[in-house]
Amino acid sequence: MRYLFRPPAADATGLLVLPWDQPLEEWDDELLLDVPSRGISRHVVRFVAVEDRVYALKEIDERLARHEYALLAQFEGEGLPAVSVLGICVDRPDDQPAVLVTRYLEYSMSYRWLFSRPRGAHSAEQLLDTMVVLLVRLHLAGVFWGDCSLSNTLFRLDAGTFAAYLVDAETVERHPSLSPGQRAYDVDLARERVGAELLDLQFGGLLPADIDPIEVAESLPRRYESLWEEVTREEVFRTDEQRYRVAERLRRLNDLGFDVGEVELRTTDAGTRLRVETRVAGPGQNRHELFRLTGLEVQERQAQRLLNDVRAFRAYLEQKSGSPVPETIAGHRWLAEVYQPVVDAIPEDLRGRLEPAEVFHEVLEHRWFLSEQAGRDVGTTKAARSYFDTVLPRTPQELTTPSVIAGRG
Amino acid sequence: MASIDMKNIVKKYGDGFPAVNDVSLDIADGEFMILVGPSGCGKSTLLRMIVGLEDITSGDMVIGGKRVNDLAPRDRNLSMVFQNYALYPHMTVYENIAFPLRLSKTPDDEVRRRVTEASDVLELKEHLERKPANLSGGQRQRVAMGRAIVRQADAFLFDEPLSNLDAKLRGQMRTEISRLQRRLGITTVYVTHDQTEAMTLGDRVCVLRKGKIQQVASPRELYEQPVNLFVAGFIGSPPMNFLPATPEGNRLRTPFGEIELDEKRAAAVAGHDLLLVGIRPEYFDDASLVDEAKRPLGSTFRAKVDVTEWLGDSQYAYIPYEAPDSIRSQLRELSKELDSEELRTQAIVSIDATSRIREGREAEFWLDSRKIHVFDPQSGENLTRDAEAGAELTRLATQDRLEQAEEAGGRDTDARGGATAVGVG
Repeated sequence: MRYLFRPPAADATGLLVLPWDQPLEEWDDELLLDVPSRGISRHVVRFVAVEDRVYALKEIDERLARHEYALLAQFEGEGLPAVSVLGICVDRPDDQPAVLVTRYLEYSMSYRWLFSRPRGAHSAEQLLDTMVVLLVRLHLAGVFWGDCSLSNTLFRLDAGTFAAYLVDAETVERHPSLSPGQRAYDVDLARERVGAELLDLQFGGLLPADIDPIEVAESLPRRYESLWEEVTREEVFRTDEQRYRVAERLRRLNDLGFDVGEVELRTTDAGTRLRVETRVAGPGQNRHELFRLTGLEVQERQAQRLLNDVRAFRAYLEQKSGSPVPETIAGHRWLAEVYQPVVDAIPEDLRGRLEPAEVFHEVLEHRWFLSEQAGRDVGTTKAARSYFDTVLPRTPQELTTPSVIAGRG
Repeated sequence: MASIDMKNIVKKYGDGFPAVNDVSLDIADGEFMILVGPSGCGKSTLLRMIVGLEDITSGDMVIGGKRVNDLAPRDRNLSMVFQNYALYPHMTVYENIAFPLRLSKTPDDEVRRRVTEASDVLELKEHLERKPANLSGGQRQRVAMGRAIVRQADAFLFDEPLSNLDAKLRGQMRTEISRLQRRLGITTVYVTHDQTEAMTLGDRVCVLRKGKIQQVASPRELYEQPVNLFVAGFIGSPPMNFLPATPEGNRLRTPFGEIELDEKRAAAVAGHDLLLVGIRPEYFDDASLVDEAKRPLGSTFRAKVDVTEWLGDSQYAYIPYEAPDSIRSQLRELSKELDSEELRTQAIVSIDATSRIREGREAEFWLDSRKIHVFDPQSGENLTRDAEAGAELTRLATQDRLEQAEEAGGRDTDARGGATAVGVG
C-alpha cells in the first residue's frame, strides 16, 4: 500500500494505524464516527476522528482519486472555497479502489438539513444564491464542475449569512478559461440536480410545503446569469462620471462577495470603458486583518464583524486612558478580555453547535437586541449569559460538529 | 433521431495547436459511431464540439440537417449518458427515471407513457415501484440510461462511460449498451481509448491520431484492410506483428523466411528497399498441425520460442527476431504513440491450444501469406490494402445494421402497443 500526504502531514501520522487494507464497508464501528447523512454519494464514504480532528474517507477509483487529490490541493492553494484534502491511499490489496482523505469541514451543514428545516433567515433563495456564488467563482477560475449539486456542496454560517464549499471534485475539469458552452452545460446540470435533490426531499416528506422544487431549480440559471453578468460585464460611461461609477461597481462586487484584482479603464470615443478582473479567491481582507491582530482564524464576514468590535473596544480603551492605544495592543486585550471569556462561557453541553466566532457574532446581535429593549447598553457579559440561556439552546443538537463530539469521547 | 455531419471541423486552442484538424465525418441516422485513438488524438474534443462544450474554430457541425455551431448545449437536444448519474433514495425507480420530465413540466400521462416505454426496453418494469437502494449495479446504470431515453434526444453521446467500472460490470454494460442502441435505433457517438470496446460496439469506428482521421470503417474493415501502420497497430489484441522485409521479385525476405506474394501485391511493393510486413498473431500456426490442403497457401519457417502462454482455449508463442536499427526505432516510436509496450522485436504468434511447442526449443511454424499486409516504413502507408474488399466489408456491416433496425422497429411497435394498454388500464 502507498500513502500520499500533503504537508502539514503531522495530521496524517495518526491515520496510519487505520486498517487501510480492508474495505471501508468492513471497518469496525469503533473506528468510525457517525456523521449524519451528508447527501447522496456514489461511493462508500466513512468518517474517522483522530486526535480530535475529523476526516472523511472516500473509496474511489485510483485514477479519479489522484485527479481529485491534485485538484483539491490546487484549489486550496488558490483560495477557492473547497474542502481541504489530506491525502490518498493507493495500491491497496485485492485490487481495492483507492481512498481519498479530506479534512471534515467543521461546522458545515448539508442541504438536507438546511432545506428540511428552513428558519426565516435561511430561505431556499438564500441557499441557492450562495451556491450560485460558488459556481460563478469556480467558473471564473476555469473550473468546470460537471456535477454541481446540493449533495456536493456544504454550507457554513458566516455571520448570519451562508458560505458554500465544493466537496466533490471527481468530475472537475480545469481549463485556462471556460467556453460559454461549458458554463451553460454546467449550469444546466446544476439546475437538473438541484431540482432532483429537492424532489427527492419532497418524496421523503422532508421539504416544507412552500418550496416548489421545480420553481427553485428553474430559478438557478437566471440567478447564475445575472451574477455572472454583474461580475464580468464591461461598462461604458462618460469620462466625467468615471470616479463614482468605478467606486459604485467595486462596492457592488464586494457586496456580492467578490474581491477585485485589477481595474482597467480604457478611453474610447464612446466614453470610458471599464473592465474589472475579479479575484477567484474568496475575499480575505478582513480575515487576514483579524488574524494579524488576534491570531483568530474565522470566515470573512465573521472577521468583519469581529474587527468592528475590536475597533469599538480600542476606542473605549483610548477614551478610558485618555491616550492612543496601538491596534496590536487593542487586539490582544480584546481577545483576552472580550472574546475569549464569551467563548469560554459557552456551556459544555451546547459547545460545537455553532462555530465560536459565529456564537460571538450572535452574542453581539443579541446584545444589540437586548440593549434596544432596555434602552441602554446591557454589555457583552450579560448579553452572553442571556444568549446561552435562551437562544443557543434552540440551535438543534444535531448541528454539533463531529470533532467536538469526538473530543467528548 | 438525427444524422450528425461534420464538415472540415478544426479546433485550435490559444497556442494555435490544432487539437482537431480538418475532420469531416458523416454519422448516419441510427448509426453507432465510435471515436477511438490514444490519448491526445482529439476524440474527446470532437465529442465535446458535438455536445457544444467546446467552441468550434472553423467548419460546420450539422445535426439533423441544422447547423448547430452557435447553439447552446441544451438546445442541441442531445443526451450525454451516465455522466456521474445520481440515484435519489426517496424516489422510486419510476420517479428516478421520470424526473427530467417533471422538471420540464411534462404532463403526467406523457411522463407515464415515456417512462413505461423506456422501462420496457430496459427490462426495469418489475422494479419501477422499488427504491433504488435495492438495485444491482447493472440495474442502476440502466436507470441512468432510462433518464436519457425519456428525454427523447436526437442522439446519445458517451464519453468513456465504462472506464471507472470494474471489469465485470464493464463487460456487462458493454453488452447492455449495444443491445439498447440496437433496439432504440438511436444515433450514438461513443468515445473510448479501448480498441476492444471500439471493435465490439461500433457499426463504424473512426480512428483518430493527433487530431486527424486515419480511417473510418466497420470493425472488420479496420481489422482486415487497415489503411496504415498506425491503424494496423492500434486495432487488434494482441497487436499485429511487424517484421522487416526486403522485396525480391515476387518474394519478401523476412526474419521468418521468404514469403511469396501474389502478382498484385508484388507489383504494389516493387521499387522499395526496406519494408514492414504486418502479420496478425492468428495468421500463424504450429506447422505440424496445419492441414495438408492449407499448407501450400502459406510458408513455413523454423524459429526458437522464447515463451509460451497457454490459456486453455488458445495458446501464444513469443518469438524474438532481428531487425535493423532503423526499424527498431520506428517500432519503438509507434508503440509510444499507441500507448502500448507490446510492439517489440518479438512476434506474438497464436498456435493451437493442443500444440506441443515448448519454450526454449526450436519449432516449425506456418504463416498464412494470403492475409499479410506490407507497409512503407517511412509513410506508414499500407501498400497492399485492397480498398474494394474493405469497402465491401463496411457495406455488409451497414446492411446488417439496417436489417437489425428494421427488426427492432417491428418488435418495438408490438411492445409499445402492450405498454400503452398497461398505461391506460
